[in-house]
Amino acid sequence: MFSTLLFMDPVLNFTVFQVCIYLELDLVITDMGTQNIIWNVCKKYLTIGLVGITLTDRYAGVCPIRGSSMSPTFNPSLGSFTDDYVFLEKFCLDKYKFSHGDVVIFSSPTNYKERCVKRIVAMEGDYISNVNGASKVPEGHCWVEGDNSASSFDSRSFGPIPIGLIHGRVTHVIWPPQRMRKVDRRIRQDGLAF
Amino acid sequence: MRLWFGKWTSIAKESANRAAIFAKFLCLLHVTNTYIFSPILVYGPSMLPTLNLTGDVVLSEYISHRLGKVGPGDVVLIQSPENPRKIITKRVVAMEGEVVSFLVDPSRSDRSRTVVVPKGHVWIQGDNIYASNDSRNFGPIPYGLIQGKVCCRVWPVDCFGSL
Repeated sequence: MFSTLLFMDPVLNFTVFQVCIYLELDLVITDMGTQNIIWNVCKKYLTIGLVGITLTDRYAGVCPIRGSSMSPTFNPSLGSFTDDYVFLEKFCLDKYKFSHGDVVIFSSPTNYKERCVKRIVAMEGDYISNVNGASKVPEGHCWVEGDNSASSFDSRSFGPIPIGLIHGRVTHVIWPPQRMRKVDRRIRQDGLAF
Repeated sequence: MRLWFGKWTSIAKESANRAAIFAKFLCLLHVTNTYIFSPILVYGPSMLPTLNLTGDVVLSEYISHRLGKVGPGDVVLIQSPENPRKIITKRVVAMEGEVVSFLVDPSRSDRSRTVVVPKGHVWIQGDNIYASNDSRNFGPIPYGLIQGKVCCRVWPVDCFGSL
């Protein structure tokens, strides 16, 4: 008896459950008279928050860049007034299709709370020349390096990173206004052996 | 003519309202399924006898791993380091800094190895060590690959409860 009430697909079940909660909240609100205004304001902020979170998670977002490991692409001078703000897109996370030269933002493998921005230099299957010969980038991983090789904590220290750590691809610099431009895919001419 | 136009604008406004409500509901669905909890269908032999081979529906929550509260013994969902589009279910055996001793290939030999888990990484293993592709094959994984923690099983109903 119990199994006939539930749909076989648990995700559909859960969706129906959420629909009922949503509709019930609406019915409860129209009954209350005096607290209507406060609840309406709260509901508006909650809606804006939910829509904002969904858009930044799935489609695109804006992010500040700190540090000079990607000079001169981002933060070219130490004494600038503000950090560069960049526009990142998340459509690439659909199929996890990245290519050489993409600037990506990823969670640092040594500290999951930090996010780093670096450029992809080699994808899976490519060979990277190391101090002890050439090593192959394993499947599902990529080799990232900062444009400013002198002061960049990147794959030369922590090795190749799994592609699953990547959170988005940087496409444009949007602040400060005099540095607004598209971020190009730049492929290095040295250091790679195919 | 004006009456017809007026009817069309009201229909258009009504449909725009309905579409807006539907879009807001989809956003609520996304936020709940990404940040709070959601049911997940898991299948495969690598977590026997804890999880069934043919498929279980488990409830996984997404709050603990963001707060850093995932520890040894938890069953977690992780993005596979070999294929980022695949999500696999394994158990956390050791956190960063701990020493892990494991049997390299128990069905073929008795050889065991000892490894120290580096900073920011975790060591995961399936409960069924004979048929599990886990950290013994691809090494410790960064904590950032953890997607959620499994808290209880929902389907089949006779196995309802925490794992």
